[in-house]
Amino acid sequence: MNIIFAIIAAVTIAAGVAAMSLRNLVHCALAVAVAFAGLAAAYLQLGAQFVGFTQVLVYVGAVAILIVFAILLTRGAEPPQQSVLSSGWLTGIFVAVVVLGVLVYAIAKSSVLQSPVPPQPEVTVHQIGEALMNKFVLPLEVVGLLLTAALIGAVIIAMKEEGKK
Amino acid sequence: MSPLAGYLILSAFLFAIGLAGALTRRNAIIVLIGIELMLNAANLNFIAFWRFSEHPEALTGILFVIFSIGVAAAEAAVGLALIIAIYRHYKTTNVDEMNSLKG
Repeated sequence: MNIIFAIIAAVTIAAGVAAMSLRNLVHCALAVAVAFAGLAAAYLQLGAQFVGFTQVLVYVGAVAILIVFAILLTRGAEPPQQSVLSSGWLTGIFVAVVVLGVLVYAIAKSSVLQSPVPPQPEVTVHQIGEALMNKFVLPLEVVGLLLTAALIGAVIIAMKEEGKK
Repeated sequence: MSPLAGYLILSAFLFAIGLAGALTRRNAIIVLIGIELMLNAANLNFIAFWRFSEHPEALTGILFVIFSIGVAAAEAAVGLALIIAIYRHYKTTNVDEMNSLKG
């Protein structure tokens, strides 16, 4: 438990709480980008450089921009007049607290934590590319197909309905 | 506290924050952000278990997270497209008012 991890964890959790509690939606989008960047820092701290940079490219780069576009296209940039919480929010908070309690209890009771800490693994992008092209080539193709279908589907769903009044 | 426990607890907190946001907020976009946070918490667990496993050279954790990020990106794109389509139809992003499947 070192100081760098403590800083990363504090920033990530604070940004997550801000993203879920601020009233202005644009502020929420900025806070969630900070949370994604904090997670990327955690990946780098764990020795997974490729995943860390993928996180920055996909989440901080693409998903955050997509969320900002959606907020601006739906006129959510103006702060709401009425409450931001939906009906039945008390039940939602209760469920989240119960889930957190169960997870922390399971982590505290786990026997995995007793094993010794292994040395930092050395993984190069070369190794990841080789694994993607040999052992994991079928999942890679499936993800490619899924992304193509999602791209076409998103365009068709968001397209204006022509000729229907 | 071991380093693995620290990362697992960070991930549990992120998951609970995302769940609380997805269950309590009124705007559909914030609900989607909460779901993204929960997915990211699961990814952090994969990387933490990979880093502290006995056979990290198998690369399973890293590759699982790469595929998971790909699926999450597809989910975000389709989800936001659905929210924009619903907004165009009902002129609202409030999940309490989206209670009809028939347009």
